[in-house]
Amino acid sequence: MDGQTRDFKWIGKRTVRPDGVDKVTGRANFGADFSLPGMLVGKVLRSPHAHARILSIDTGKARVLPGVKAVITAADLPDIPSEEAHFGEDPTDFRYVSHNVMARGKALYDGHVVAAVAATSEAIAEAALGLIEVEYDILPHVLDVEDAMKPDAPLVIEDLITQGITPTPKKPSNIAKRIQYDLGDIAAGFKKADVVIKRRFTTKPVHQGYIEPHAVVASTSEDGQSLVWCSSQGHFMVRASCAKLLGLDVSQLRVMPAEIGGGFGGKVTVYQEPLAVLMSRKTGRPVKMVMSREEVFRGTGPTSGSVMTVKIGATKKGKITAAEATLAFQAGAYPGSPVGLGCMTAFAPYDLENVKTVGYDVVVNRPKATAYRAPGAPLAAFAAESVLDELAKALNIAPLELREKNAAREGTQAPYGPRFGVIGYVATLQALRDHPHYMAPLGPNQGRGIASGFWMNFGGQSSAVINVNEDGTVVVTLGHPDIGGSRASMALMAAEVLGIDITKVRAIIGDTHSIGLSDITGGSKVTFASGMAVVEAANDVTGQLRARAAMIWEVDADGVVWEDGHAVASSTNVGEFEPLSLAQIAAMAAKTGGPISGHASINAKGAGPGFGTHICDVEVDRETGRVTVVRYTAIQDAGRAIHPSYVEGQLQGGAAQGIGWALNEEYVYGDDGRLQNPGFLDYRMPVASDLPMIDTVIVEVPNPNHPFGVRGVGEVPIVPPLAAVANAIEDAIGVRMTDLPMSPPRILAALEDKL
Amino acid sequence: MAQVVLTNELGNQFAGGETKVEVQAKNVRQLIRALEERYPGMGPELEAGMAVAIDGEIYADPFMEPIGPDSEVYFLPRIGGG
Repeated sequence: MDGQTRDFKWIGKRTVRPDGVDKVTGRANFGADFSLPGMLVGKVLRSPHAHARILSIDTGKARVLPGVKAVITAADLPDIPSEEAHFGEDPTDFRYVSHNVMARGKALYDGHVVAAVAATSEAIAEAALGLIEVEYDILPHVLDVEDAMKPDAPLVIEDLITQGITPTPKKPSNIAKRIQYDLGDIAAGFKKADVVIKRRFTTKPVHQGYIEPHAVVASTSEDGQSLVWCSSQGHFMVRASCAKLLGLDVSQLRVMPAEIGGGFGGKVTVYQEPLAVLMSRKTGRPVKMVMSREEVFRGTGPTSGSVMTVKIGATKKGKITAAEATLAFQAGAYPGSPVGLGCMTAFAPYDLENVKTVGYDVVVNRPKATAYRAPGAPLAAFAAESVLDELAKALNIAPLELREKNAAREGTQAPYGPRFGVIGYVATLQALRDHPHYMAPLGPNQGRGIASGFWMNFGGQSSAVINVNEDGTVVVTLGHPDIGGSRASMALMAAEVLGIDITKVRAIIGDTHSIGLSDITGGSKVTFASGMAVVEAANDVTGQLRARAAMIWEVDADGVVWEDGHAVASSTNVGEFEPLSLAQIAAMAAKTGGPISGHASINAKGAGPGFGTHICDVEVDRETGRVTVVRYTAIQDAGRAIHPSYVEGQLQGGAAQGIGWALNEEYVYGDDGRLQNPGFLDYRMPVASDLPMIDTVIVEVPNPNHPFGVRGVGEVPIVPPLAAVANAIEDAIGVRMTDLPMSPPRILAALEDKL
Repeated sequence: MAQVVLTNELGNQFAGGETKVEVQAKNVRQLIRALEERYPGMGPELEAGMAVAIDGEIYADPFMEPIGPDSEVYFLPRIGGG
């Protein structure tokens, strides 16, 4: 039997998490925990204006303050040319990354860095920031996506020409890009519809809300080699970005991955890392930079706010005939919102003949949007799945049945073109129908909503090395940072292939000098892609073990197979030999050719798309407008759950983040364009006491392209909750909420409007 | 011949609005060469920033992936995730 169908010894087991003890005892080293002798403290000066021309920066007084060792501005960074970079969602441009790290010419948002200092203490660094004199010419700002699209809007980037329009416009605007996907004939599709529903939706930018703030230590030696310790979603990304932004060779930088305290897409780019490296290079001393929570909110990327219009038509029997969406996403100060992904994913769970999605990537005077878990998809699904729910009610068809009637299956053409292979969407719908939650009674003022979500999932460049130790234990070294339990799942896959006990396997993350290049941890790729590399490296190891056993037995390597952790003669024709365990062969490694080490560096292809369906019960307090989620079940196709507890954790975490996005989270800006709520007290994320236990159901429809059938699972679970909550609220109070967050004031206003 | 679907942006920019074309090619590299011959300027654009889906399978960094005589090929923006 192959890896898709056979019984497993380790795959699917809930083994003790290898990072657990260190994390709960406080022993784990996160970015901010690292220190070096003689270390300087780095701090940045941020623009207090949403949009301002920088007329001058006088650093003279700061430079002569005793204890100040370096002061830098954009003039200290190379003015690099445009070059496309592929790290997060849509491609970005290293030139824009550089300008985001340190404002050049203009400050484009409240919190944009304009200068940085390194000093012998935090107090001196703070004092030095106060001595830097910046002369600003304050410009009109624009925060809202529709305002920014108007012809007379203040230009955030003065030479930005819209891409994706023919002929290319001659006049600059804040619209960085127009994107369109079509299938079939949208007008003809709507003509066939008996019922058409069209609604406009708005969402606010929301932050990823990772608990660990950005932190970095950089240290440069006399030979120009810089060592960088930081937590990120890709230490190779940090290396590449610092090299590009500072004009260094990649080999001059060695980036050590720290334990990461949450990323969710927000750590797929650099902020202070290049500044720490630059100041370390200037001073010859280590420089440490740690953001405060306020800085995290003011200076790092949220995901986009949006304005979306969705129109869906269907026959009386519930067959969708056409679906159309127009999505306008805030990119923040530089191009690169996930609007393209919103367009691709909005209707992806459905088998549709006629689809059209149009997206606009729009720059505004806010921090540059960064990836956030299935970038773009939750927003688009909020709009599409809300309209679908309303359509079901108009047709007098149960929302689940409408989804079943139109569900994407193997062979369905996705709205962005390609046909799906083996997918598990229908299995998630069936699991919902079979779940007791679906038919459970509701109480007074309670309502129930369902919604589905899709994410294409990704593969990419991945490296793994497996070293067999002399006592038969093994160390698996990986190139992707572990942000969701990948060390556990990699160890399980290695143990499965090698046939040894899981306690004999340790998995670690290698630094950029010790393991082959691996792409960022993002796109739900790691268990899939890094897992393929681990399986390949483990097969390399078993090949070597077989060869060593053949040498010991003085037979051909072809006559030896690897079974259940032992070298075994493939038949009695080969000879009668007592099987040799991995540990026995490892003990003889020196005599049989030296250390045994398996390697794999691959570009993993064939990621299996992921689908999820969620069901949510809410209770609405009609006096206060408070919405309480009273029951929630998340169902998802994981392909194969390597470590089910981690998969369940992903489903629960995604649902919790989506519920916060739906109900409370929003950035509040004043008329002056300054952020008013840069802290967790005023930026309301859900805490454990806000939520019920989130039930999970893992459906397994194996991905035929992975040795064990893995699909990515990390992003899908944040896609359905926004609409699931909105649909439940509508069911409870009879009001369709189209603007997020659905906070108490908005619920109260909606109830009053209904009266 | 393989059925090739271009993005609207590529079609408008290089192919006079045409987005569906038939091309004889055994792999992605040959396909891009053929498209460059037919639509000058399109090749570098495809190589620099596009992913490709062949019969439903998406390749982020396409190069020598085989294309069958009846394959469906879609060019897509290179995309990632969070």
